[in-house]
Amino acid sequence: MDCDKLILKVNNLSKKFGKGCSQCEKLTGPEHNSNVCPKCGTVVALQDISFELYQGEILGIVGESGSGKSSLVQCLYFDQEASHGEAYLCCFDNGLSNILKAPESKKRFIRNHMMGMVYQNSVRGLRLNVTSGGNIAEKLLSADMFHFESIRARGKELLGKTEIPLYYMDEMPKRLSGGMQQRVQIAKALANNPPLLLLDEVTTGLDVSVQAKVLDLIKSLQQDLNISMIVVSHDLGVIRLLTNRTIVLKNGRIVEKGLTDQVLEDPQHAYAQLLVHSML
Amino acid sequence: MGYVAVQGGTDAIENSEKLSNYLRLKGKSLPLTVKQIQDQLRFLVDRVMGEGSLYSPFHAALAIKQSEGDPLEAAFYIRAYRSTLKRIVDTLPLNMQEQRITRRISSAFKDIPGGQILGPTQDYKQRMLDFSLVEEDEEAMHKALSDYEAELKPKPIGEKGFVKVVDILKSQGLVKEAARETEEAAADITKESVAFPADRSSSLQMLSRSETGGVLALAYSSMRGYGSIHPTIAELRVGHVPVRIPHPFRENETVTIGSIQVTEAEILAKFESCGQDEKPYFTLGYGCCFGCNEVKAISMAVLDRTMKEEKADAPAQDQEFVLMHTDGIESSGFCAHFKLPHYITFQSDLDRLRATQEKKSKKEVKTGENINDL
Amino acid sequence: MTFEYNFAFIDENAKKEIRRKLLKAIAIPGHQVPFASRELPIARGWGTGGLQITMAIIGPEDVLKVIDQGCDGSVNAVNLRKLISKTTGVRTTFETHKATIIQTRHRIPEVPMKEGQILVFQVPLPEPLRLVEPSEAETRRMHSEKDYSRLWVTLYEDIVKWGSISIGASYPCKVNGHYVMSPSPIPKWDIYKLHQSECLYLFGAGREKRIYAVPPYTDVEPLQFADKPFEVESFEGLCCCRCGAVDAYLDEIYDEETGCKYHVCSDTGYCDSRLGGLERNGL
Repeated sequence: MDCDKLILKVNNLSKKFGKGCSQCEKLTGPEHNSNVCPKCGTVVALQDISFELYQGEILGIVGESGSGKSSLVQCLYFDQEASHGEAYLCCFDNGLSNILKAPESKKRFIRNHMMGMVYQNSVRGLRLNVTSGGNIAEKLLSADMFHFESIRARGKELLGKTEIPLYYMDEMPKRLSGGMQQRVQIAKALANNPPLLLLDEVTTGLDVSVQAKVLDLIKSLQQDLNISMIVVSHDLGVIRLLTNRTIVLKNGRIVEKGLTDQVLEDPQHAYAQLLVHSML
Repeated sequence: MGYVAVQGGTDAIENSEKLSNYLRLKGKSLPLTVKQIQDQLRFLVDRVMGEGSLYSPFHAALAIKQSEGDPLEAAFYIRAYRSTLKRIVDTLPLNMQEQRITRRISSAFKDIPGGQILGPTQDYKQRMLDFSLVEEDEEAMHKALSDYEAELKPKPIGEKGFVKVVDILKSQGLVKEAARETEEAAADITKESVAFPADRSSSLQMLSRSETGGVLALAYSSMRGYGSIHPTIAELRVGHVPVRIPHPFRENETVTIGSIQVTEAEILAKFESCGQDEKPYFTLGYGCCFGCNEVKAISMAVLDRTMKEEKADAPAQDQEFVLMHTDGIESSGFCAHFKLPHYITFQSDLDRLRATQEKKSKKEVKTGENINDL
Repeated sequence: MTFEYNFAFIDENAKKEIRRKLLKAIAIPGHQVPFASRELPIARGWGTGGLQITMAIIGPEDVLKVIDQGCDGSVNAVNLRKLISKTTGVRTTFETHKATIIQTRHRIPEVPMKEGQILVFQVPLPEPLRLVEPSEAETRRMHSEKDYSRLWVTLYEDIVKWGSISIGASYPCKVNGHYVMSPSPIPKWDIYKLHQSECLYLFGAGREKRIYAVPPYTDVEPLQFADKPFEVESFEGLCCCRCGAVDAYLDEIYDEETGCKYHVCSDTGYCDSRLGGLERNGL
């Protein structure tokens, strides 16, 4: 893998829920309009997903609910175990080892040092009864930073970057608004300067005005830090605003990929066309 | 001075023992014989054998006498005594088809092959205090015995024993045969510590030794709706079953070394299926314990089933939660240990509290500054 | 009817199992090794873990000391000592330096222990991570991956909230650079005695069925932030009203009549030997 340009390369990633049979792959997908195998009941959440992510790029993943888009980032973040496939991260073993097959301790290292994840529901990304500062500290401590005042300083810096008033630092996130919780999640995800940030429907469920602010924040962070991102959303507005390239998922398969402008202005696949037109 | 004299502890323990014994005897009633306890406090003896995890009515009765009727304490004596015994041989799996049934009921079917056998039970007894028991004497006892024996019409026992209700359902494909993980040698939780998730044999052993009230409380939580499995009792049996060991010298031969009374409960729970094309089946829960203890066997069967739930949403579904908190010897021991002195830890806590109070009162001012510079 | 109990109560096969687990524990310092804890005539939570270790390693030549809260004479220590000496017939002592095996609850003796001596701890809760994670399956994974960040976060939160770490006894320690271990509820005062010690430390948790060990000359360090050093209990300006010691962990005691607070050594063996020494010196 060419580490000068690429940050992540994914080959033939598949994720099945269920025991699977020989027919699963043939009997599911966009042409069947289903991801449930009629033979064995297995859910084929993802099948043969391959793509690259370039340095400093924001890649969008769009699709309806059940298309597999969240499963994809969760497999990459090891929240779910991929059934099959390979993923290479430039900063891990010079991009030579499949991170999906790395031992558990290495996976933890990758999660703590090389990736950040922001979930739709902050319960998944934050400990709600640990202070915002403590949430950020957990990431720093897992990267062996054991100097209390440095942890405090880094926490303040991150809260500043994510535009959270500093007096929230020693508050529990359960007392914060949804928009603030997402900012704390982003601050936590960025704690160890990961080269890759995964964002799973981060603005879904927020008020429109708050959405816009969080999206602005993500955009400016990306420009400041030159961090690579994968943005999962069902919202084409989010995809249009943030991403350079886009992948369209349907029933666990990639049906279209290309530059975001191109995909949104001139979609080729029938489903992508439907999706884009439904936005109007 | 409050200094604890070294002799003081020794004397205190000895005096405490003497006083306890005095309180046991000072009513001057005739001493209870172990035989009396064994004969007349059957349910207590059974419970102590089960929780003490040693089948010996004599030792259980002695423990009950020594603990003055405290079942937890009596089971504790039995467990400790058990630790001193050499394990000579593993018995062969019991064949429950051979059980000499004294009681057998099914709530699933009105009529079952072999018939429902009510047997000796308190279930349909009106729970009114029987004051005639106050006056019970030897004469009354002998009369009751001879009257009942005269009524008895002995019936030959069938050769084949009773078919199990669950086997009937299995043959009709309504219940799925459990994966035979017991084909492998069953674990022995008294020789190897249990790791979680625990295998089924370890889990059943732990439940079988657990405290009756403990398993009942957790099973009841499921019955009331915290992770309900809608149980139906397929079959509840009480009776003696032969215990066999491999013949020490002759291969492929076995020796019967005695029999034990056990209560066995099998419950049917809500059905499930694995895949779309797969048929749904009833699921099973299994309980079995020493002696006659029906509430425990049923509770155990319910918990055996609740713990199979893939995702634990209720306490009764969480295997670690259930198994780690139902052993009477362990829980009562730990509860009692809080009576031990904790001077050192408390002194350390005091030190922390005083230091923190001091820091906090100094910090009040500092925190004010902090807020300003934030 | 009488019954003859085995030497040191438990049967020989059970002892062998415990000794095998002890060897494993010594080979992996700080790692909790599961063992099939036997029930003893002492209640769970009253020292059955320590007792099983002592019973598994004791021989007729050993000299035994048993302390609870540092004290040889407290009822629980007396009771345990009685049980062990009744079932083994070994000699017992109150003097730290004369013992080959010392069984303890909540203290490490003040007199430094030497090579060849063994200190057996009674442990109520062996899992330092239980504070942050209730599941055993999960804490075992955390240990194997050295995943201690959540425990550290509680220390961080303590400092944020209280200005200092609020853990008193059972202060978590890192052993030999890997496993975080509960030192049993000894005070912070005793933590440094675990580090690079000459004697062998064995820990037994009977109810939780775990054995672990700190072999001689092993690094043991309390978890601490680089800029927030670990603090032991302070007895500044206080001394033992009995032997005058200023270098010992002190119990706080209230006088029955006057209600006044005064202090005595928690390690009674140490206090007595100092008194003996003072008397010998004609003081």
